[in-house]
Amino acid sequence: MVSKPHGGKLVNRVVTGRRREYLLEEAKELRKVSVSESLAADVSNIAHGVYSPLEGFMVYNDYYHVLYDMRLANDVPWTIPIVLDVSREEILGLKEGDDIAISFKNTMLAIMEIEDIYKWDKREFCKKVFKTVDVRHPGVSKTMHRKDLLIGGSIYLLNDVPEPFERYRLWPVETRVLFEAKRWRTIAGFQTRNVPHRGHEYVQKAALTFVDGLFVNPLVGWKKTRDYKDEVIVRAYEALIENYYPKDSVVFSVLRMEMRYAGPREAILHAIVRKNFGCTHFIVGRDHAGVGDFYGPYEAWDIFNEFPDLGIIPMFIREAFYCMKCGGFVNEKICPHEEEYRVKVSGTKLRKMILSKEKPPEYMMRPEVVEVILNFERPFVE
Amino acid sequence: MGFKIMGEEKVAVHISKELYEKARKYVEESEGEFKSVDELVEFVLKEVLSEEVEEKVFTKEEEEKIKERLRALGYI
Ligand SMILES: [Zn+2]
Repeated sequence: MVSKPHGGKLVNRVVTGRRREYLLEEAKELRKVSVSESLAADVSNIAHGVYSPLEGFMVYNDYYHVLYDMRLANDVPWTIPIVLDVSREEILGLKEGDDIAISFKNTMLAIMEIEDIYKWDKREFCKKVFKTVDVRHPGVSKTMHRKDLLIGGSIYLLNDVPEPFERYRLWPVETRVLFEAKRWRTIAGFQTRNVPHRGHEYVQKAALTFVDGLFVNPLVGWKKTRDYKDEVIVRAYEALIENYYPKDSVVFSVLRMEMRYAGPREAILHAIVRKNFGCTHFIVGRDHAGVGDFYGPYEAWDIFNEFPDLGIIPMFIREAFYCMKCGGFVNEKICPHEEEYRVKVSGTKLRKMILSKEKPPEYMMRPEVVEVILNFERPFVE
Repeated sequence: MGFKIMGEEKVAVHISKELYEKARKYVEESEGEFKSVDELVEFVLKEVLSEEVEEKVFTKEEEEKIKERLRALGYI
């Protein structure tokens, strides 16, 4: 049976039909707040239940509890505040109880009922969420540039942001129907923001050995420069799945959501999100959602001890490497041989080879995947 | 999750004497976690029912529509 939604109920804040027409008219009369691409993604994710049980952007009470206790005010686990920042000018004259319209570029996204307007201490936010205030951390520098006020309240979604990978966009309500149709009782979610190399494949298949289905769900959207472009990731996975995965054991879909690089706290958020998609298990990588050396390699594993009531089972699978003596992909736990026999598949090494249009060897990356990537003139975000 | 029985309307339910005795013993040994058999029964039923009655947010018709899209995309 697919997992129960986080907090008990799958949220649906999507307005349709005549009510939508009516609210679209009303939205024209409202004060408009124009949001960034990543906030626009949050709006869609809230409305489609990806962030269940959230029905809107957080009010102060939830914000406070999440920051300090890693739980919502009603005690449900939650580790990163989902907040909407605005400037004083944008909401001048508005008060709690008023409605605002949220737009992205030329799309009217949603109406929000303002339940709370409050100031936030961005440094404190960074200290808690990222465990650092060092501006070299991408999450910190982004947070420090955000606006000074937060507004919280429930949203009503009128339009989704157009999705370039529409064919691969599934919402939780869809994956839940899909997993049930496939009669999967146990499903492992895999989070990624990278093209798959042999190490990833090993980890996914190690998990798949114990569950009915694998849900590969890369994040697309806001990334750092030098990351692989979204389209490259999608095409690379198509090639890998087509050639190396049993047809009925894997579902691939994309999720538009910002990477925050909050390490352990983000690992919990990633697990909650996959629980809402119906996953019963979640693969947690070494240094999951980490960046640079801001987090210890296993911090993202340890934090799961604090959430016995999370409602999704973490799978801690060690990083894989190729061992010449073992003659295959193994991990530290199962290979007794010395360093000299071990070949680590490093993302950095692969990136360098691809940049110089060099073909990585087969033990690092499947040739079909290599071909897809090398076919792109410029596979990296610039 | 909190456990409220105060102030709610009650109805009587019949269970076998044997089961009742077992439950009473369980309550005694629970070291104050349950104050009465009523409380235990209510707790257990709540747990079981919350497992079973998952609130579906879509109708049969909507489910068919979802399946149609999944089929069109080649997922099923
Ligand atoms: Zn070995």
